[in-house]
Parts: sequence; C-alpha cells; structure tokens
Amino acid sequence: MTASAHILQKGSVTRVMLLVLACLLPGVLAYVWQFGWGIVINLAWASILALALEALALRLRSYPLKPFLADGSAVVTAWLLALSLPPLAPWWLTLVGMLFAIGVAKHLYGGLGQNIFNPAMIGFAVLIISFPAQMTQWAAPLSLAAQPLTFGESLGFIFGGGLPPGLGLDAVVSATPLDTLRTGLLQQHTLHEIQAASHVFGSVGGVGGEWVAAAYLAGGLILWALRIVPWQVPAAFLAGIWLTAGFLHWADAGRYAAPWFQIATPSAMLGAFFIATDPVTGATTPRGRLIFGLGAGFLTVIIRAFGGYPDGVAFAILLMNLCVPLIDAYTQPPVFGAAKKK
Amino acid sequence: MLTAILVMAGIAVAVGAVLGFAALRYKVEGDPLVEKIDAILPQTQCGQCGFPGCRPYAEAIAKGEADINLCPPGGEEGVKKLAELLGVEPKPLDESHGVQKPKSVAFIDESLCIGCTLCIQACPVDAILGAAKQMHTIIAAECTGCELCVAPCPVDCISMVPLKEDVGNWKWKYPVFKLKQVA
Amino acid sequence: MMELHRFPGGIHPDEQKAQSAARPIHAAFVPKKLVVPLRQHIGQPAKPVVQVGEHVLKGQMIAEADGYVSVAIHAPSSGTVTDIGLAAVPHPSGLPDLCITIATDGKDEWMARTPVDWRNTDPAALRGHVRDMGIVGLGGAVFPSSIKLDPAGNPPIHTLVLNGGECEPWITCDDRLMRECAEDILEGARIMQHLLGASRVIAGIEDNKPEAIAAMRAAAQKLGLAVEVAAMPTIYPGGGGKQITKTLTGLDTPSGGRTTDVGVQVFNMGTSYALARAILHGEPLISRIVTVTGHVLRPQNYEVLIGTPMRELLLRAGERDGTTGIIMGGPMMGFDVPNPDVPVVKSTNCVLAKSAELFPPKPRELPCIRCTQCVPVCPAELQPQQLYWFARAKDLGKAQEYHLFDCIECGCCSYVCPSHIPLVDYYRFAKSEIWAREKEKRLADTARDRHEFRLFRQEREKKEKAERLAAKAQTKKAEAPVLSTPEQDAKQKLIQEALARAQAKKAAVSPKNVDNLSPVKQAEIAEIEARRAKIRAIAKQPVEPEQP
Ligand code: SF4
Ligand code: SF4
Ligand code: SF4
Repeated sequence: MTASAHILQKGSVTRVMLLVLACLLPGVLAYVWQFGWGIVINLAWASILALALEALALRLRSYPLKPFLADGSAVVTAWLLALSLPPLAPWWLTLVGMLFAIGVAKHLYGGLGQNIFNPAMIGFAVLIISFPAQMTQWAAPLSLAAQPLTFGESLGFIFGGGLPPGLGLDAVVSATPLDTLRTGLLQQHTLHEIQAASHVFGSVGGVGGEWVAAAYLAGGLILWALRIVPWQVPAAFLAGIWLTAGFLHWADAGRYAAPWFQIATPSAMLGAFFIATDPVTGATTPRGRLIFGLGAGFLTVIIRAFGGYPDGVAFAILLMNLCVPLIDAYTQPPVFGAAKKK
Repeated sequence: MLTAILVMAGIAVAVGAVLGFAALRYKVEGDPLVEKIDAILPQTQCGQCGFPGCRPYAEAIAKGEADINLCPPGGEEGVKKLAELLGVEPKPLDESHGVQKPKSVAFIDESLCIGCTLCIQACPVDAILGAAKQMHTIIAAECTGCELCVAPCPVDCISMVPLKEDVGNWKWKYPVFKLKQVA
Repeated sequence: MMELHRFPGGIHPDEQKAQSAARPIHAAFVPKKLVVPLRQHIGQPAKPVVQVGEHVLKGQMIAEADGYVSVAIHAPSSGTVTDIGLAAVPHPSGLPDLCITIATDGKDEWMARTPVDWRNTDPAALRGHVRDMGIVGLGGAVFPSSIKLDPAGNPPIHTLVLNGGECEPWITCDDRLMRECAEDILEGARIMQHLLGASRVIAGIEDNKPEAIAAMRAAAQKLGLAVEVAAMPTIYPGGGGKQITKTLTGLDTPSGGRTTDVGVQVFNMGTSYALARAILHGEPLISRIVTVTGHVLRPQNYEVLIGTPMRELLLRAGERDGTTGIIMGGPMMGFDVPNPDVPVVKSTNCVLAKSAELFPPKPRELPCIRCTQCVPVCPAELQPQQLYWFARAKDLGKAQEYHLFDCIECGCCSYVCPSHIPLVDYYRFAKSEIWAREKEKRLADTARDRHEFRLFRQEREKKEKAERLAAKAQTKKAEAPVLSTPEQDAKQKLIQEALARAQAKKAAVSPKNVDNLSPVKQAEIAEIEARRAKIRAIAKQPVEPEQP
C-alpha cells in the first residue's frame, strides 16, 4: 500500500510548536523585565511537569513516548498555563493546574488533536475556581514593589513559601488592575475614583502589564506573518473585545473600563494570539474562525463586566470551544465550482 | 405558586401545539417499514432466515414476529443497520441459521450437467440458463450465491466459488494508522 | 498575450526536471518479451482476439474493445503469443491481471498501415477508428479518447485545451515530446478540433518549459494553425483538467461535473500525438514516451513499447545500487509498483527509481491537529481535514456530503500536513468503499427485481395450469376440484422448498433427487458416477479469497 504524495514538505507538528514557543519569548522577556524572575521559574517548573505528566499519560495509554513528547504540544500547554498564572504562584498551584491540563483536558479526551477544550485554559479554570485567593496574588510590578525579589528569593518563595526577612507579603504581591477594578466597583466606587486611588494603572493598561501585552502582540504578529495562526482569530477576538467594551463604555463610562484598557491586558493579548488560536480546539473554517474570535472576545468582556471572576479570557475561550462543532458545521465554505451548480 | 403552575402549564400547551403542528406539517413521507427493512436485507433470497426469501422475512420483522439477527448473508453489519432502523439494540448473528461466508457464485461443471432443470427451478433469481437435457450455465452477474441450486442437483455438478479479489473489484484498504505502540 | 487566471490552492514542490529534460528521447527498443495487459484503460477490459501460439505482427490488434467504454489493444512488436493469463501488472493493489504475453522475434515487422482521410470520414466512424487504434488519454487517466471526442453533449465544446502542464515533479515526457514532435501534436489537435467542432484551441504549458513553448509556437506558425500557446505559471497541480481550464479560460468547472460542462475539452499532449500517429500514419497506440529518472545513472526519456518490463528501462538508464523501489508516475500521484518486472502500460508516464536519499521513509504519522494547513492548498477548495475525519471514522455518507468526490487526489494536502497523515489514502479508501457499496446495492436491487419477477411468473404459471385443469375437469366431471388460492400455493411451495433445502443439507453426503427420475436419466447418472467423485473432490476444494 502506498500513499499518494511520496514527498513531503519540510514541516512537522514539532516545528509548529517550537515556533509558537519562540514567538512567546518576547512576552516572557517583557515579563521578566517588568515582574521579576518568578515567571522563569514557573515556566521551567511547568515545562518539567508537562513532560513528566505527558510521559506518564502516554505510558498509561501505551502510546510511544518519543514522537509524542517530541511534538512539543505539552510544553506549549505548560507555557500558556504558566503565563496565565500569577508569576509567583506556589509550586503546587502549577502542579494541580498541569494535572488537570495534561491529564484530564488532554489525555482523557484522547491526547494530541482529540481534546475539545484548550488544556491550559481548563487548568486555569480549575485553579481559579478552587484557589481564588492564590490566583489573585499577582506579583507586583517591579516598579511598584518595595524591594524586588532576587532569583534565589523567588525560588524560595515559590517552592517554600518563605519570604526574605523583613518583607511582608504585601510587599511582593498586589492585585491586578482588573481585580482592583472589580473590587472597587463592588464597593460602589466609580471607575474614575478607582483609577485615581490605585497606582496599578499605567498609561493604557496596568503598570508593567501593558508592556507584557505589547510584547505578546509583537510575538503574535510574527506568528501571524508566518501563517502559523490564521489571521481571523486574533483579529476577531480583539475586535470582539473592542466592540463589546466600546459599547459598554459608551453606555456607562463610570462602570465599564475603556476598550483600550481591556485590550492592553496581558491575558487578552495572550488569548488572542496564542490561546484562541490553538488549532485543535478552534474552528477550522474561515468564517467559523471569525465567529469563534468574535464570540470569545464578546464573552471575555461580558464575564469581566458582569461575571464573578475578574478575568474572562479563559472562560470565554472554553465556552467557545464548546461551540466549535456547531460553528464548523454551519460555516462550510463553498467548494471549487459549487457556485455554478445548484 | 399558582401563577407558576399556570405559566408552566401554558408553556407546555404552547410547546405541545407547536410540536404537534410541526409533526403534521413536516411529516416525512417515507417508505413503509417493510420496504425499508427489505432495502437493508441483502436480497440473496437464500431462505436461511427460515422465511421463503428476503421480503417475507422483512414482513415478519416489521410485524415483530422475527428477530433481526437471522440473516447470515447480511452479517453483523446488516444486523446493525436493522437495529439502527428499528431503534433496538444490535445483537450478534444467530448462528443457528448459518454463518456469514465470503460472497460466492455458483459454478456448474458443464461436463457433468445432465440438463435436468432442477437447479433452474431452485434458483430464486432465475440466474441459471438452460433447457431440458441441455447443459446449464450460471449467469455469474445475476447469481446471489444463495446455494439453493447446489442441493437439488442430482449429479452434484454445482459448486460455490468464492469471488476472488482482482484488479477490477479491488478496494483501497483502510490506512493503517499506528498510534499505539505495538506491544 | 492572453489573460490567465489563478486556480485555488496548489503547492510548489521541488521540480527535479532538469535531470531528464536535457537528453533527447531515446528511440524504442524491442525487449525479448512483452507483457500486454488487457485492462489499460478506464472501462471494460479488452477481449483477446488471438490464441496462444499465434504469430502476430507489430500493430496487429490482439484484443478488441468490449463495449462503448473500452478500447482495443495491439501487439507492440512482431512475435508469437506465448500466454494469455494472469501476470503482474502495475496497479496499486499489486494483484495480477489478464495479460497477453508475446515473445518477440526481433524483426519488429509491421502489419499493413493505412492512414485515414479524416476530413472525409464520417465522425462516428472516425471515433470508432480511434477506439480500434487503442487511443486513450495518456496524461494518466487513460480514459478512451473516442468518448471524449464525441461532442454530443450539452453545452457544445467551444474550446479544446492541449494540456502541457506536466506539473508533477520529475516527469518530462511531455516536455521532450513537445520539443521534438510539436508538429505531430498539432496535427492531432487539428483532428480533435474537427471532431469536437471547437472554435478555439489553446495549448497550456507551464513556464518552466520555455523550449517546449517555443517549439510549439514555431510549429503552430509553420502549420498555419490558430493555436494559442500560453505560458502558465508553474504550480502543482496546474495540469489537472479543472485547474488548467480555470487557468486558461477562467471557467469554473461545476462541483461534481466535468470540464465539458463548461464547454471545454482537455487532452494531453501525448494523446494528441498518438492520435496523429494513428490517423495520419495508421500506427495504433503501441508505444509511448516514458521518463526514466530518479535514482538512475542517466535519467532520460524513452520511447517505450507497451508491455516492456520496467526493469529493462532501469538497466538501460543505468541501475544503481541502493534502489529501494519504483514509483510509476510522479512523486505526488504515482504509486509503488509491486516489482520491477511489471510492464510499461499506456498510463506509464514516468518510471521513477527510488532511493533512501531521494525518498526517505516517511516520518511517523501523528494525529490531526486541525492546523488547516491542508485547506489553502486544496485545489478543489475542500476541507481536507474534515474529509479525513469522516473517512477515518468510516462515516461515508458525511464524507460524500462534504464533496469527497470533488477531490482529485492531487496529494497537496498530504504534502503539507505537519502530522504527516497520508490523507489521500483515506480518501481513496472512502471512495472505493462507497463505490463498492453502490455496486452491492445495485446487485441487491436486481436480485430483488428478478426474485419478484420469478414469483410473479410462478404465480402466473400456476394460475394458467389451474385454469387448464379446471377446464379439463369441468369437461370430465360435473363438480370442479377445490383449489387453494394461487398466492397460498406459491407461498406454500417456497416454504416447502426452503424446508427441503434444509433437510437436503443434512443429507448432503448421499445423492439426492434420484428417486423420481426416469430410467434414462438414471443411466446417465450411473455413467458419470465415477468421473463425478473425482471432479467433486476438486470442485469442493474451497477457493480461498486472495488476502493482500
Ligand atoms: S437469510 Fe437469505 S432469504 Fe433470509 S433475509 Fe437473508 S438473504 Fe434474504
Ligand atoms: S488530494 Fe483532494 S483533498 Fe487533498 S488537496 Fe488534493 S483535491 Fe484537495
Ligand atoms: S494539515 Fe494535517 S494536521 Fe493539519 S488540519 Fe490538515 S490533516 Fe490535520
């Protein structure tokens, strides 16, 4: 038996995944620059966990290890999760998240290519539901922190929970701008008052966060130019956020944050270019991708504005994952020569 | 409380009306059940199911008088399709009626044939050509492989030849997609 | 300069054409043995008209067309027919097929050749002649040309396209043919145009063959033919029928249709050449140009007699160590032949020797990651990944709904898939499965009809008999015999038959139905009793279906 196409283009799943990781690097660098060493430790720890868990799952399902470990998809999941967690998240938080991401969301659904939900987002969702306190202890931007943690100190905090003497928890962590906003609004403050009262808000987004978002954007655009991700998803996702946030802001500027602010959050940019674009869990038709992106953007803002959690990217994407088969089925593009016959 | 019950009842009535209307309006004009069952049966007309042909078996199934797993030529796949059509659980083929065999056609050894016409009378699809005292021959394209002609032949000159795969009827195989480790 | 259009999809694999394009076509040689398959075209296999032991001349018809969709087969050289039977053929199944084997006598003696005055011949007769000359499409589809040359269709054919796309890597046979025999090709096109009544003739040639384009332009000028020679961009699969039609005319062939639905008929350059040889010189299709390339010392194009074993070609082109197999056709759509002794057939445009460096073993397949890289390259604008899921899940109905049959099996999707999935294999599996089921369905329907007719006939006969009996009885006796209804009778009879059958099965060892026979018949039976035992032993041996 022989396959048509005896020749193959150079390219592989591994290559795709490595390019995704490479394009995440600007974001990671910006993260380190703005928030310190914690994220590097988290990334490394999550990657190790991903490979170990992936190997374990493959072994249990008696799949060969090498090709599936080498495909790099587990590491991408690890990075996406780590980048979504607080930079100084304790080690066990990452562990639980990865367990759900790799073990449940990926392998219980059949492994690479078979999962319905984005594994990293499942991990994130589980954590934010189970450990809301830890999930909102964001590392303070270095420019605001009293005394930046060194690499060793970060390591100690993540794995031991201990802080160098003389430093309180408040000195290293703070709430994210979205979180601050949410708490403030609950206390019946207006948007304006909250922004004036807190120092976490930068020129567009949050202090530090806006730089990270910009770096994600840069990496994402490279990915886009390389045609690793389809243009429709990020464009539609950001447009979805912009339109929904714009409408709400226009309706009540005192309650709803401006569209620029919503887009300039790291989670939105990461979501737009790296998470919503996950091919496995996304729509596959061109129009379907527009719908998918718009829907995810819309839901993100809705959850941020009215939901019980400060950020909505993860839930929005998971909800849209759920709709993918439907979207695909209703957005079949016409085939060559289909217009004429009927 | 009362309002709630009233509202729920109202909704139920409304939905029921819509559904009822839809059922009438968009009624699917389909073949009667017997036709649908008959379309699934392989039409070998071999009688192995215990009925004199596929149609009587179809009628028996439709009336609920016969089980769906009695037709060996249809095999497991046939049972599955019947189960799907009738909305019942598929079950394994009832082996007391025979087992599924590779599709064969009858072959008459013309040097032995005595022209007795017994096979012609047995063939359910008139796939045998010949007249009294003349050699008989099988129209292979029409033969369903029912084997009904084999037994009546007084000189045992009819044999069943399984259809061989050749370039003309060869099928592309399901690609082997080895994800799992070969133990 | 005419306006060109871009068809959707397509890829740019490495061309690999320079190796074989540089050398001229090597003249035909006569091997010791020719194995000529009877099934070299789409449709019914040809019917042999020669016997084993018969001497045949070069060009003599050895098998005739069997029906409308069929063509004749001719002896490629003079010699003696040594065998008519199963032999290895180039087919993806690796199964043998009926072939006529000829031991050549080395004289290469032609039969009498008679050119045809095509301008003054009735078109239907001319098409019949084309069929008897064994002309089929030489681009790979091997569809009988006589059918394609029949303009009786809706709408009328306005454009004849000469396909010089030759978009597959490695292959250069059309390139060389155009360079060396452009005039013959155009003569053939002239006959085609006459038969089709097309007002326009366009020769589409990919722009990686500038010499061929120049040669064709010069020949058109010399012959004074209004043939437009277009240089098309080099994109695989630009030589596909629907694709070249789009490129040259801008017309979209309807989904599920053919190019003739938009009034365009496409012929391969080699077909046009073969037609010219057949009509103008009386030479049937007994040879073709074959590119021998890949892992050989001297890649080159050969004129090859149909039936020549591929091994002979490899030897002539310089077989090299480390040959791992032969692909017939190009690397995109070709297939591995079962062994190097299979003959060259009418569809063999290329014999591509493989080696581990040129064609390394494919990397392991991974699951589809839905990256949709396969989508933008598909020239049929399908969603290959969806077709793949359906074919893989054996959901044939869904696959068909998603236009499986618009897939031209070009392999672009397999080529780009980062998971290295042999997508086309799945489509081929699904297609042949659907065809097989449709055939089964047709057979079942005929069986049902025939059975119903039989029941009806039996009933009628019974009725007639009953009426006859009744009439007889009435004349004899006063009271009529009580008859059961004919329906009940028929049913009763069938049930009894089935019962008898079951019982007879139990008693399968002893002879049956001998009780009520006439003494004459019984004598006959006794006579053959001895032979019977022997034959039975042979006949009862189960013939195992071949397992590939
Ligand atoms: S067993 Fe024979 S007669 Fe009965 S349904 Fe099957 S094919 Fe028809
Ligand atoms: S092989 Fe079929 S599905 Fe794949 S690219 Fe070609 S036409 Fe499209
Ligand atoms: S290119 Fe391969 S992996 Fe990607 S969507 Fe198509 S079939 Fe799936």
